[in-house]
Amino acid sequence: MATAPEIDAPTDPLEGFRAHAREWLGAHFPPSLKGKDNAMSAVEGPHENSSEEDAWQAAMGEKGWGVPTWPKEYGGGGLSRAEARVLQEEMARIGAWNPIGGMGVMMFGPTLLEYGSEEQKREHIPAIAKGTVRWCQGYSEPGAGSDLASLQCFAEDRGDHYVVNGQKTWTSGGQWADKCFMLVRTDKTKKHEGITFVLCDMDTPGVEVKPIRLISGSSPFCETFFTDVKVPKANRVGQEGEGWTIGKRLLQHERSSLSGGGSTAGRMFSGAPLGQLAKKYVGVDEQGRIADADLRGRIVRHDMDMRAFMLTLRRASLEAKSNQGPSAATSIMKNVGARIMQERSELLIEIRGLAGLGWEGEGFEADALKDVRSWLFGKAVSIYGGSSEIQNNVIAKRILGMLDHQ
Amino acid sequence: MAVLTEEQTMLRDMAREWADNESPVTAFRKMRDAAPAAFYDAAAWQAQGEMGWAGILVPEARGGAGMGYLSLGLVLEQLGRTLAATPLAATAAATSALILGGSEAQQAEWLPRIAAGDVVAALATDEGPRFAPDKIATIVEGGKLSGTKEFVAEGDSAHLFVVAATDGLYLVSGDEGVTRSPRKLTDSRSHAQIRFDGAPAEKLEGGTDLLTQVTDRAAAALCAEMLGMAEAAFAQTNDYLKTRVQFGQVLASFQALQHRMAKMFTELELMRSVVEGALEAIDSGRANVSQEVSLAKAVSGETLHLVSREMVQLHGGIGMTDEHDAGFTLKRARVLEAMWGNAAWHRERFAQLNGY
Repeated sequence: MATAPEIDAPTDPLEGFRAHAREWLGAHFPPSLKGKDNAMSAVEGPHENSSEEDAWQAAMGEKGWGVPTWPKEYGGGGLSRAEARVLQEEMARIGAWNPIGGMGVMMFGPTLLEYGSEEQKREHIPAIAKGTVRWCQGYSEPGAGSDLASLQCFAEDRGDHYVVNGQKTWTSGGQWADKCFMLVRTDKTKKHEGITFVLCDMDTPGVEVKPIRLISGSSPFCETFFTDVKVPKANRVGQEGEGWTIGKRLLQHERSSLSGGGSTAGRMFSGAPLGQLAKKYVGVDEQGRIADADLRGRIVRHDMDMRAFMLTLRRASLEAKSNQGPSAATSIMKNVGARIMQERSELLIEIRGLAGLGWEGEGFEADALKDVRSWLFGKAVSIYGGSSEIQNNVIAKRILGMLDHQ
Repeated sequence: MAVLTEEQTMLRDMAREWADNESPVTAFRKMRDAAPAAFYDAAAWQAQGEMGWAGILVPEARGGAGMGYLSLGLVLEQLGRTLAATPLAATAAATSALILGGSEAQQAEWLPRIAAGDVVAALATDEGPRFAPDKIATIVEGGKLSGTKEFVAEGDSAHLFVVAATDGLYLVSGDEGVTRSPRKLTDSRSHAQIRFDGAPAEKLEGGTDLLTQVTDRAAAALCAEMLGMAEAAFAQTNDYLKTRVQFGQVLASFQALQHRMAKMFTELELMRSVVEGALEAIDSGRANVSQEVSLAKAVSGETLHLVSREMVQLHGGIGMTDEHDAGFTLKRARVLEAMWGNAAWHRERFAQLNGY
């Protein structure tokens, strides 16, 4: 016969953790920061934090909850996936957000945990977990975009160190980064097997960073030039020639963060509902509908597309959680997300007419100016992180089993 | 290609050569970076005046060439190819109003100066950010015009405004009662808010019908510019695909990309037909000009939109940079699509004109 305490025990094994998370967040999240999350902070330059922001970051860094599922011994939260979800829910409930992010969290950290040496993990992971070191990604080169493995940036073996010469491009946040994880060529005779994964301090002599101006204006992207840059061999992750395998693993982390869990998608579609905005700018007919029937039809079609996308995100996530393995649907996420985001931007502009095409200066609403820059910047979504064309190739070949083609 | 007279062929070839050599996209870039108060390339405009382009629509008796809209379109198309920033299209729209509705005295006063390239003229109709010729509140009392016009192309520098009021079009010259506020749009061209506060105004003949006739002509002229832009964007993209190597092959060898280019090429052929069709309909005074213009503007808007978007996508990262020209096309395309009625507006008018 069961004892009384056992009968009264909570049926939800996570209830204890939920209570702990709720209490801790209540004690540490300053309510004044509610909803002040900035989706772009990961690639934006350093800015003056308020003392509350500093305190919030320090508390989360100390607790390891910025990277909740990373091992405790390296400064992570040591939580199970289920506990991390509970933490997420509790944060959402009070409008709290994760102050720790960037490339170190999204891509480099998980990869280093898998492939790094013990020394490397002890050196780099705790600083990422606390958000004190910024990382940038040295992958793409002017001649190596979709065909990344054709990269040319060369690291010459000099015994205990390499000397790196070459150029990288699209280095997000390069001008503010402390360190760079990069792919270099250590063997010119082999394509994939000649690539090595190294870590470079951005203040090493010979590293030069030049920000790239985009069609949307100034940007976090840079061209990065390497001239006789010394990289100690201790900074190599994995073996020489193993860089392509490690680098590809990192790209999987990148893709899963770009195609977005619900939170990324939520941010993507924030802002005034298109229908409301259209009623304001286009007016309504005698039945209260958007006066422009053609535009109305296209807004509805977009809205339906977006809902189908959100439901697919949810289905894929449920299927993954129930251990049915990754759903085939995850392969289409990046393309669908990019298409819907770009269509939304186009509609936002069309609805406002010429007031939706302002560049700067007087006469425009702040939201409209922001939407113009997002429209232009958003053209990159179908290009970076594996262009839509590359994603379609992957779907055709890996999922549909179609042949390699021209 | 429309069947051209010898004169038109010469005009087109000359415009193409001039745009390529004297006003390439680098000239637009220079103008953008220098950001002059007038937001156009003054030297290029002067050269166009000397070549007689400002007078293409102006009758010979008034010092022009009297060549008509197809000829104007041939020139604007060539200028669109290199994004030449001059007030030619805006001035032509205003010229239409003078030719259709100007009195003997008004024509004698303005047309020779326009033909000589001495006058920048602008058509000021809309009072909001969207094309809405049925929503005009500007009024004229005792020869004084009052109202606010939004996003007037070349409004920063115009010497002469053709202004839509509740009872028709008016001429406003000079700065008495006129306040200009620049509106910086994404295409880096001139679009100003113009406030008229008791500005002396002279009426044009033709009442409110004149507004439809004039805005149809303004839209048709823009379609020609859009055609040139689409044509150039397509050609540049095609060239790029033939040179950029990825996975050991030029991009042009990938069938998925070939088919997209083939589709765009097809759309461009359709676009050329409807644009030339609209210009010819105006020249031959056909009764269905509005329908032809709506067809042209709707198809042009969609096609340029497709080609400019694909230009960025197919160029990949380089197309995202300000250093590349793709962004210029993308930005100007959106502005031209929104001017004088976007594709949705013209589809709706087309539907109404056809009794759908």
